Order: sequence, then structure tokens, then C-alpha cells
Amino acid sequence: MSMIDIAALDDIPPQGARVVRTPHGCVAVFRTADDRVFALDDRCPHKGGPLSEGIVHGTQVTCPLHNWVFDMATGQAQGADRGQVATYPVRVQGGRIWLDARALRRVA
Amino acid sequence: MARKLVVIGAGMASGRMLEHLFDMAPGQWDVTLFNAEPRGNYNRLMLSPVLSGDKTYDQIVTHDDAWYAAQGVTCRFGESVTAIDRDARVVQGANGPVPYDALVIATGSAPFIIPLPGHKLPGVVAYRDLEDTNAMIAASRPGAKAVVIGGGLLGLEAAAGMAARGAEVTVIHLMGHLMERQLDPAAAYLLQRDLEGRGIRVHCKGATKAILGTDRVEAVLLEDGTVYPADLVCMAVGIRPETRLANDAGLEVARGITVDDHMRTSDPAIFALGECVEHDGQLFGLVAPLYDQARVLAATLAGQDAAFQPVQTATKLKVTGCDLFSAGDFADAPGREDIVFRDPGRGIYKRLILEGDRLIGAVMYGDTADGAWFFDKIRGGADITADRDTLIFGPAFAGGAQADPLAAVAALPPEAEICGCNGVCKGQITRAIEGGAHSLDAVRGLTKASASCGTCTGLVEQVMALTLGDGFAANANPPMCKCTDHTHEDVRRLIKTMGLKSIPAVMQDLGWRTVGGCASCRPALNYYLIADWPTEYRDDRQSRFVNERNHANIQKDGTYSVVPRMWGGVTTSAELRAIADAADRYAVPMIKVTGGQRIDLLGVRKEDLPAIWADFNDAGMVSGHAYAKGLRTVKTCVGEQFCRFGTQDSTGLGIRLEKLLWGSWTPAKVKLGVSGCPRNCAEATCKDIGIICVDSGFQISVAGAAGMDVRETVPLLTVATADEVCDVTAAFVQLYRENARYLHRIYKWVDKVGLDWCRDQVADAGTRAALVARFAESQAVYQTDPWADHAARPAEWAPVADLTLKAAE
Repeated sequence: MSMIDIAALDDIPPQGARVVRTPHGCVAVFRTADDRVFALDDRCPHKGGPLSEGIVHGTQVTCPLHNWVFDMATGQAQGADRGQVATYPVRVQGGRIWLDARALRRVA
Repeated sequence: MARKLVVIGAGMASGRMLEHLFDMAPGQWDVTLFNAEPRGNYNRLMLSPVLSGDKTYDQIVTHDDAWYAAQGVTCRFGESVTAIDRDARVVQGANGPVPYDALVIATGSAPFIIPLPGHKLPGVVAYRDLEDTNAMIAASRPGAKAVVIGGGLLGLEAAAGMAARGAEVTVIHLMGHLMERQLDPAAAYLLQRDLEGRGIRVHCKGATKAILGTDRVEAVLLEDGTVYPADLVCMAVGIRPETRLANDAGLEVARGITVDDHMRTSDPAIFALGECVEHDGQLFGLVAPLYDQARVLAATLAGQDAAFQPVQTATKLKVTGCDLFSAGDFADAPGREDIVFRDPGRGIYKRLILEGDRLIGAVMYGDTADGAWFFDKIRGGADITADRDTLIFGPAFAGGAQADPLAAVAALPPEAEICGCNGVCKGQITRAIEGGAHSLDAVRGLTKASASCGTCTGLVEQVMALTLGDGFAANANPPMCKCTDHTHEDVRRLIKTMGLKSIPAVMQDLGWRTVGGCASCRPALNYYLIADWPTEYRDDRQSRFVNERNHANIQKDGTYSVVPRMWGGVTTSAELRAIADAADRYAVPMIKVTGGQRIDLLGVRKEDLPAIWADFNDAGMVSGHAYAKGLRTVKTCVGEQFCRFGTQDSTGLGIRLEKLLWGSWTPAKVKLGVSGCPRNCAEATCKDIGIICVDSGFQISVAGAAGMDVRETVPLLTVATADEVCDVTAAFVQLYRENARYLHRIYKWVDKVGLDWCRDQVADAGTRAALVARFAESQAVYQTDPWADHAARPAEWAPVADLTLKAAE
């Protein structure tokens, strides 16, 4: 069993994020306006900004420090910026959010 | 799996190289950085301001510990590398070996020490690193005697720095005039005269014979028998590439470590850059080519194609008050002609050197404003025949044409910096435009120019106009963002006329092109809806920037700052005690007094915010909104209660205004000042709204600024009573809230709509009353303490789950 129940979907506000602390740093879990959920490293590759504090629009998030925009599905920086944020498999089942623990370990 | 990169030497070139590398190829390299100095990268060019006391070491650090940590760089500072084993690909550090896949040698240069008798005496230093600088600072107490051997760039900066600290300095120079590699005798004469004016003695054609002293330096003896007493001798006669490691490792070394266009040495796994290298027979000492090398090497390591081509460089002397510029070739030679301009009264000298129809060199002293323009002509090799008559007068007279608004920007060389925040030069912008970026957004996206503070937007647009010619129309009123074609003004108008009362409604009915907007339009729309429909619209927290969403200012390390409100800047011993207790309880790393008469607690962790707020609430304090596009502070002086000049109760009026306005959201931050008399101790006349108390009443002035722009306020109205001050102020703020574009401070908005229009609105009794009523309606909803709301639900501020414990199980 590698999926871990981390929280209820309603623990995260729509167009918002919450942080999961892991042994390898924080992971930001995002919820879109239409209740899709994404999990990314909570660290902008530019200057280390906490992506969980960014503004969520569509399936993108804008870093609060210098406005880099990332596609939450791929972790790719958008526009002319070049960078990649690690993403983690995550799914919603029965109103709960499940995060893939194996993926967390692999990063280590 | 990241490959291993070892870098020997944390100088300016290697620091810049690492920056580029982490940008271009994040995660590709696992970096170990050796530095013989016990510290990381700092700006060596800035040692002269440190020596003269204009800057401190902290101000010239380019990369701090946090940066290395963030990039995952293993730092081995204060540890020298003893050998390189090329077969095993291992670097031997004093504290142990490190294997590498690629090695970068950036050992820089070593000062050249003339082996004079006495050169090893204590008190003889070079001028190379922070230790040397500190030695000179320590020795430069007033009245101390210092001798600098070498009248070149470095020696003169050392001399000026020590003289600025009060030492009696003598410069001994072997050649006939100072800085002979950069200056001709005439300019050197003016320089020498300026230096002598600062009390620095200059001895040219002086050959040093010996440094005298028994257990430390006492004097310097010249060949001609002159003796200069000295407590300190600085030898600044030149530098040579530091190549010992490379030599020992059997790499190809000429004067410097030989590298190809990709900065690769004779061993394909080893690279070198900076002052230690020799490229195409040339050594490098100035910073511009070193930065080029850094860029090329980073690209090479990132697997991209790049080649180093040295360009000509210009020289400036970093001695305050000595304005000196030289570039190109200015030696006398057959076939060369000079154009010279002298103004003895002002100590100005300019000399241009022509060969045929081209400008090949320039030397200037006293007025170097046109240096960059001449330098550009030298490098461009353009035919100057047509401009020859007026060439020496610079771009102001070029062609004798009418002043062209674009001329200043057109005259800038490609390396001229346009965007100071992001270090973007004109050439990068031009290249981006030529590469197809034909809109401001496209240029901004590619180069980051004007993407931070935005003050250079006009300049960027001018570069675009120059590059694109008729193909570019500066967009006087651009769309709100990439999500829509409507301007801010259009959107504000349509929200009201179409009765749009939610963000999805605006996006739908105004045809937004994106699903959920973007980080630029969402906060603006949220504000417009709050301001226009205060009782019907509900604030959307997820459309707020982080600071307003979290009611605290995020810092670069992800912690926050907390500022409790102190009405009118007045506090009590109980409040101060509560602040001190909170600082202890949450281990606040810094407590700082702000310019707006508040106390800022910096470095609070996010999960501690609700608790610290609850503590402040318990002590009777509320949020100071130091993070808000809203009412920030009302700064006051002590007024008639204590001040012998005070004409009114300025403190009381300030507190009253703050209690009236706090909690209101505005297009940009709003700061007030109230001064009790025209001496203006509260600095009210550079605030968004400033009140000056006079005997007969109150002068209300508006539209000041003391940020990126500095503006004095302009008079709005003069009124007789404090009640009227409150009404006019509330009405004016409401006018601003209803009409200004998001993020425009009051002065920008007043520039657009005109002060007369504002005055007409608030002076008219009926309009004023209506504005005041609408402001009160909004305040009835929004004047609440956000800290109290959030402190009640602390769980939302902590991580939603903690897997660190699960993993341990």
C-alpha cells in the first residue's frame, strides 16, 4: 500500500493549497476551482519561493516571489522561463486526498 | 543522477558562472566549491569603497550562505586545494579528496611582489583580497603614514581609500605619469593634481630600492636617495595569473592557463576562467570579459553551444571625485590625429584619437558623461567623417539636429543597463526584439526587463521603438493583462455599468481568454469588486497576493514579518512589553522600527502567525496592515501637548484619522502624515495625504511620494476644523478607491485625473457628503481586525499533514 491518506479535500480551499511536510522537504498540494488536485515540490526552481503561497489560476500556479508560472500537471515553467518542479501522483477518493509515498521516496 | 562539478576559487567569475549554470541546467550538476579565502563570493571590484569606508563587507557579498544552501553547493571555504589528480579525476583538498566529472579552475590572480630587500617585513601588503583591505583599514588611522608602490588603477584606489580614512599617503610610481596604460600625460596631470588636492603625495619616475625596517616596516628608500617614512607599504605593481595548481597538474600554461573558446584547458575534463586564464594570447583583468567567460563556461557545462570572444573594454577609476574614462588605443603613432578639448577652469580634458575616418581611442577627465557613447563608436568602427566637427561635444551635439526624445536611448551602447532590478542591458533587449519579441509582454517574458519594479518600462518601449521603427506603436493604454483586451479603466467602468458582482461574472461577460485569469488580473478584479460592491461582493482570499492573503509580509526565506498597529505612532509600556514577550516566545530574529513609526517583528514562521496574533490581540493590539494595499500608517509629531512650537493636537488628529481609515482597501498603499506646525517633523509633505497644522487651521495636501519616485505633496484644501479634515480625507480616499487603477499610488492617479478635478469633488459639499457616506458604508463591512479572524483557526496555518514521522516508522 503506497498511497497515503493525507487530508480531506475540504481541508484545501478551492484555488488554494496546503503543505505536506515530508522527510525530503515540503510538498504543496493544490486544489483547482473545479476540484482537481495536484502535488508539487513547494519550492520554485528560480529562488526557492513557496509555490503553495502562489495564486492558483486554471491548472497553473504563479510563484509569490517573482511571478514564475508553472503548469501544475507537468511542473513545467511557462512562458519564457525555464525550470521544472517535481510532481507527485495524487488522487481524490471518497472526499480524501491520497498521495503516492513511493514517489516521495524515489526523490530521496 | 547529477554529475559532480568541482570549482576551485570563489571569485567574481566563478560566482557568476554558477549563477548562469543553475539557471540553465538546474539539478544537472552537484557542485563543490573550494575557496582559499574563508568566505564565499563577493564583489572584489567593491573593495575600494570598503577601504574608503563608503561600503561594508556585508554590502559587497554577492552570494551568501543561504544562496549556496539553496543551490545545494557544498562549500569548502578556507580550505586550499593541494593537488589535482587528473587520471583519477580527484581534487585533493587540505581536508580530504573530492572526485569530479568536470573541474573548473578559477584561482584568479596573485599580486606581483617585487623581491626588494625588506619585502617580507610585517606591514607590507598587496591589494587583492579582504585581508589586505582590512590590513590597510587597520593601518589607516589618522596621522599614520602609508606608501603605495604603483600608480596604476589598483594603487591609486588603495591610496585614495587610505587617505579618505585619514592616513598620510605617498604614491611611488616608476613611470613618468600615473596610470600610463590608461591615460595620456595631460589627463594624468589633472588626476595627479586632484589627488594632491586630497593630500596624497605623488612621486613619479620613482624606483624603489628597498623597504627599510627591523621587525616591521619603517620606511621606503628610493634609488635617488629619497626616504619616505611608512607604517604600511602597499605593493600594487600588478598581478599575474595564479597558475600553480594547473602547472603542477601538467596542464598547458603560458602566462595564464591556456583555454579554448569554450574555456576548456588542455584536459577536456578541466575548464578554467577568470584572471588565471590566457585566451588567444590575451590575459584578462577587467570584469566585463570575465562575465562573458562565465556565461560561456556555464553554457558549455549545460551542454549548450557558446564561444568566448573578447571585446574591447573601457576603464573607469573608482575614486570619488576623480572622474576619469579611457578606452581604446591612444598612443601617438604615424597616421593618427587627435581632437582635444580643454576647459582649465573646470579641470576638464577630453581627447579623441582618430585613425583615418574611425575613432580608435578616447581619454577623458573631469567630465566623462559621454564615455559610453564614444566607447560605442570605437567598438563599432563607424565612419565619423560627417560628425568630425562636433564629435568631441558628444551625443548632445551629434549631427546638430533637434533634440530627439529617443536620442538618449539611441545613443546608449548595447551593454548599457536598462533594467537595474534584473540586470538586463540594451543589447539583450534588442536581440530579443530582433528574435521576434514585438510586444512589451514578449520582451518582458524573454529578458525580464521591466518585470520587477517596472520603472524602466518607458525605456524598454523606447528601445522597442528604436529597433522596430514604424512597426512599433507604444501602447499608451495597454490591456489589463494577457487574459483580456480591456484596459483597467474599461474593466472598472464595465463592472459598474454591467452590474458585474463576481470574478467569474467579469471573466465571462467581458470575454476573458483564460480559465481562471492570472496572478495579475485576479487581485485587481478582487479589489475593483470590493470597492464597487462593498456590501454584496465577498472578498476572495484566493485572489489575493500572498501578503494580503496571509496578513503578513512574506520574506525571501518564506518567513513573515508582523507589525501591530500603533495608532498615530503612539504606544504604551504595556504594548512594548507584549511585543518584547512575543519576540522572545517566537524567537523573532529581528525587531525593527519602521519609517512609519511602527515596530516590525521579522522572521516569524507561518505556523506561528495565528499564535503571535492572538497574543497581540490579548494585549489590545490589532493588525497594522503593513502588508496591505490599504491604509498603512498615520505618522505624527508630538504636537501642542508637548512641543513648544505645536499649533494643534497633531498626535490626536493623526490617531483620529487612523481610526477612521484603518481596514480600508485601496488601489495601492496609503500613508498619511500629520505635522503640528510647518516645521513638519512628521514629514507629512511626502505622504499620499499630508496634514500641516497651522494657527488658523489645517492645510491638507495630497499626492506626495517617497519611493521609486519622490514627490512633494500639492495643496488640496485648507480647512478650519479637525472634523473637516476627517471628512475631506475620507472623501478623497473614497474618490481614489472608486476611480484609480489597481496598483496606482495616489500621486499617479492624481497625475492622470488632475488635482483640479479632485478638488472640485471634495470641495463641493454635496459630493463630499456622498463620498463620505459611501466610505462609511464600506468601512462598516471591512473595518475588522483580520488577525482576530484568523487567530481563531490556527490549524489552517500549519502543514495539512506531516509525513516525516511516518517515514521514520
